[in-house]
Amino acid sequence: MSEWKHKHLLDLQDTTRGDIELILETARSFKEVSSREIKKVPALRGKTVAMLFAEPSTRTRVSFELAAKRLSADTLTIQAAVSSLAKGETLLDTALNVEAMNVDLVVVRHQASGAPQILANGTKMSVVNAGDGCRSHPTQALLDIFTIHEKLGRTDGVRVAIVGDIMHSRVARSNISGLIKMGASVVVCGPSTLLPVGIEQMGVESTTDITKALKGADVVMALRMQKERQQDSFLPSIAEYVREFCITPERLKLANHKALVMHPGPTNRGIEIAAEVADGPQSVILEQVTNGIAVRMAVLYLLLGRRAE
Amino acid sequence: MNVIMDQEQVRRAVIRIAHEILERNKGVKDVCLVGIRTRGAVLAARLREAIRQIEGVDIPAGVLDINLYRDDLAIISKQPVIRETLIDFDVTDQKLVLVDDVLYTGRTIRAALDALADLGRPACIQLAVLVDRGHRELPIRADFVGKNIPTAKDQEVKVVLAESDQGPDSVVVQGGAA
Repeated sequence: MSEWKHKHLLDLQDTTRGDIELILETARSFKEVSSREIKKVPALRGKTVAMLFAEPSTRTRVSFELAAKRLSADTLTIQAAVSSLAKGETLLDTALNVEAMNVDLVVVRHQASGAPQILANGTKMSVVNAGDGCRSHPTQALLDIFTIHEKLGRTDGVRVAIVGDIMHSRVARSNISGLIKMGASVVVCGPSTLLPVGIEQMGVESTTDITKALKGADVVMALRMQKERQQDSFLPSIAEYVREFCITPERLKLANHKALVMHPGPTNRGIEIAAEVADGPQSVILEQVTNGIAVRMAVLYLLLGRRAE
Repeated sequence: MNVIMDQEQVRRAVIRIAHEILERNKGVKDVCLVGIRTRGAVLAARLREAIRQIEGVDIPAGVLDINLYRDDLAIISKQPVIRETLIDFDVTDQKLVLVDDVLYTGRTIRAALDALADLGRPACIQLAVLVDRGHRELPIRADFVGKNIPTAKDQEVKVVLAESDQGPDSVVVQGGAA
């Protein structure tokens, strides 16, 4: 297995298959820790992890916080709405102040693509991208890949259909990048206005035909309709989207028998996914959440659990 | 290079330790083995088999990864790969026999004791090692020892076990000024 050499986790495009496999292997051990009565190991005792969130988030922030705490790191959270960021301080200035308090690693979420890179260049801390604009959300993709591997026993040759607002989805971009490295084949599907031009260059198929996308899929990943990122009208109406693309029980039958149903959350029930599907026997949506902690523990451990250079 | 134990000697040591564990604990009641990855786990599996042959009973055996509990994580440059801890029985009120290949500074055992404390409250913990090479840095001693080997600190004790390494069982002392 390869040795971990990165200081930051900004984008899965910077990682190799070996890196991803090491994260998955490490995460498997951490999953066992979370199942114990005492859900804590001392690996990162004395380290401090800051959560710098300029965008709303529940799942990801709480998941990182629990991951850090289960490794015995100390944590602090800075949310834009209730911090100096709201008073006009730049993100980098906030980060430099956090660094001045001897924080070792910062987990950053920001609406601007590339914000984590600015912190990686401008501070000495390790930086983990927890979602930047429409660009990248590496730990979400890693936990998705972990869940697929755990459920199907492999990623090579697995066919994954990603359905919905591909255009605004950092989850889709990171998943495409990671899944292709892991030998999966990916088809993206959505209304033509929400399919980015040239997405095929990432090595995926692209279609507006939901039947074509779901046929033969081993994994069906529905994406949230991101109303907050759609300033312009990409859709004639939500009702039309639902009619054409919502993952319903009938549509799910097009996919392979026992295909996994995934969703990065938060779900808009009845829009991108029918409630019966989200709660159905093929859904692993809540297992994704459980696995998220193990994967983030692995990332934090690999980035912090060694001598600083 | 100095061969300290060969295949036969390792085999006899394992059988003797199995007898000693049974003698000390007056049988197998509540006795569980916990092997420290990687070679301790191999030895624990062998001890379990030896005890089965002697007593006709399968006792629980688990595998412990102590890397998350190491006290040198912040000092070593090469990061250890974390592997799963596989202990599928409740350790509380059990007589645990911790198993490792080489007892040296005692720091691995210290980490293992911390790891076990996070899994429950055993009735007692005993320590079985194939080789005790001395040079303790902590107040730790073994209850069951395959062989005591006087070594210099600059020497290396290399244990080869068929299940985890290439080649037949052996214990070899290498290097050093002498």
